[in-house]
Amino acid sequence: MGSKLLKYILKRFILMIVTIWLIITITFFVMQATPGGPFNSEKAISEEQMAAMEAKFGLDKPLMQQYGIYLLNVVQLEFGSSIKMRGRTVIEIIGDGFKTSGKIGLIAAVLAIVSGVFFGALAAVNRGRWGDKIIQVLSTAFVATPSFIISTILLLIFCVQWQVFPANGQTAAGLILPIFTLSLYPMAYITRLERSSLLDVLGQDYIRTARAKGVSKKKVLFKHALKNALIPVITYAGPMVAYIVTGSLVVEKIFGVAGLGDKLINGITARDYPVIMGLTIFLAVLIVVATFICDMLYKVVDPRIEFK
Amino acid sequence: MSILEVRDLHTSFFTKAGEVKAVNGVSFDVDRGKVLGIVGESGSGKSVTAYSILQILTYPGKIVSGSVKLHGEELVGCSEDTIRKVRGNRISIIFQDPMTSLNPVYTVGNQLMEAIMLHTDRDKDEAFDRAVEMLDLVGINEPHKRVKQYPYELSGGMRQRVMIAMALACEPDILIADEPTTALDVTIQAQILELMQKLQRELGMAIIMITHDLGVIASMCDDVIVMYAGKVCEKGTADDIFYSPKHEYTKGLIKSIPYGSKKKGKLIPIAGSPVDVLNLPSGCAFSPRCNCAMKVCLDTPPIRNNFSPTHYASCWQSTYEAIKKGDVTLEQVQEELNSEECRQADSPFEGGEADE
Repeated sequence: MGSKLLKYILKRFILMIVTIWLIITITFFVMQATPGGPFNSEKAISEEQMAAMEAKFGLDKPLMQQYGIYLLNVVQLEFGSSIKMRGRTVIEIIGDGFKTSGKIGLIAAVLAIVSGVFFGALAAVNRGRWGDKIIQVLSTAFVATPSFIISTILLLIFCVQWQVFPANGQTAAGLILPIFTLSLYPMAYITRLERSSLLDVLGQDYIRTARAKGVSKKKVLFKHALKNALIPVITYAGPMVAYIVTGSLVVEKIFGVAGLGDKLINGITARDYPVIMGLTIFLAVLIVVATFICDMLYKVVDPRIEFK
Repeated sequence: MSILEVRDLHTSFFTKAGEVKAVNGVSFDVDRGKVLGIVGESGSGKSVTAYSILQILTYPGKIVSGSVKLHGEELVGCSEDTIRKVRGNRISIIFQDPMTSLNPVYTVGNQLMEAIMLHTDRDKDEAFDRAVEMLDLVGINEPHKRVKQYPYELSGGMRQRVMIAMALACEPDILIADEPTTALDVTIQAQILELMQKLQRELGMAIIMITHDLGVIASMCDDVIVMYAGKVCEKGTADDIFYSPKHEYTKGLIKSIPYGSKKKGKLIPIAGSPVDVLNLPSGCAFSPRCNCAMKVCLDTPPIRNNFSPTHYASCWQSTYEAIKKGDVTLEQVQEELNSEECRQADSPFEGGEADE
């Protein structure tokens, strides 16, 4: 078992490296293929100044050489400095943005899983009754509504009409709405997932066995059914992290949160190549690692899973 | 002395298409240390009867009326706590499909210990020892190793042994075996039946053996109930049922047993398919498939004919024979019909006798 697991982890690690390399390559060339450059938006800039600037950041070299240099630097974990924000390294910028975004994302993910499982289980246990119907209608609605619409509505109600929360996400109170918005879709999705999987599990023979043993209703639900019903939720946890990462780009922009999404969008509009690349790699690693952790979690919940 | 008394049990499933009367007035007793067989084809209400005793019916199934008494204590309508203390403790059940009857995400030991700790004062270590002991008792090799394994690591036969170990861990008075061998290989079937017989002798419990395999009934059971469409159509000792079956359905079942090479000739199947329980005929439920159906069979539910203190059948054909022999008179039958508040009580025999 031990060596099997080690072999599996090694295999996954190599796959992760390949995935990240692919993402670096695609982002790099797409970025370069986009018209414009980091200095086009500067006011009046002479040809010589432009050339000097490009030379300073190595942008005058042939594309393949630039790509080679970048890859070499990445291998040494050297991500360079921002072109636009003088004197700030990409690592600093990421660290700065992640302090906020990481917090929002983590809380949103935990909130989505906990409340999703709770509401899903509640609906399943009350199948066919009013509670179930309400949960089903709401979860379907939230799965179908894009986050920018939800954020706008929430902004209108809570920040403009009632003014209970500040409209920008600089303070702790200002982070409540972005967290809620971000968790709403995965929460609704998990609710639906958990409901159907729990209903399926509750109809299984081993639930009847547990009841026939004299196990209480509560324990049948919490011990015997819930653990089995969590398996599809774990499957979704990987894509959920990806959703929260990409979703935060939009949500952070709308609520004015100074997080990674904000930094990435600013980087893209300014053609700040090192920042774009660094952030892309960071987010890619985040998603790949999260997916890997989910796959490991499978084994914890379901002993039948074998690593191959 | 009977330990379990089931009286006039009615269990229905309230589906969108209507009320399905899965168990429709079933009565029987289970005696200490005896094996009671319940036979019948799929959908005849055997399993639902068992689930009703333990009240583990799933939505939309419900006990409508009747009584289930364990040692004289009424279980129908009792509190959840009361029935929970009966389940797995005084009455245990094993199911048809061992492949799906164990929880895949917990070890065999965990599931065994759960049952033990629920109903006894044993602590975790003692429960573990008991679990190992039980696995050993049901003939599982290396019980110390198996107890830590997950169900997916065991074969079907072994899982059924685990189910039996789990059912017997708290030394129940009654073991309900709901088609315990149907899903197993033939070689394993014999092993499991032998195991159950051996344990029954050693532990002295009663068994309710639910099956559609008459071979199993013949080799194990003391008394037999034949069920059709939620009703008991014939009840007797194993000898009564096999050597002097009275109900046409029982006769049909026995004719359809393959006898190997001893007898020549074809098997005689019972024609048609099980009755639509949503839409039961007004007369005898078996009449649409019965070769000897008379007019009365189609219109009027049969009355019970007692042949001996242990043997009875509800079949118009046997009533007819009894009248011919002079054991009962037409008036007595008529009286019985009236007392059962039958809808079509005006001389139901006119047509029947004319048909003969």
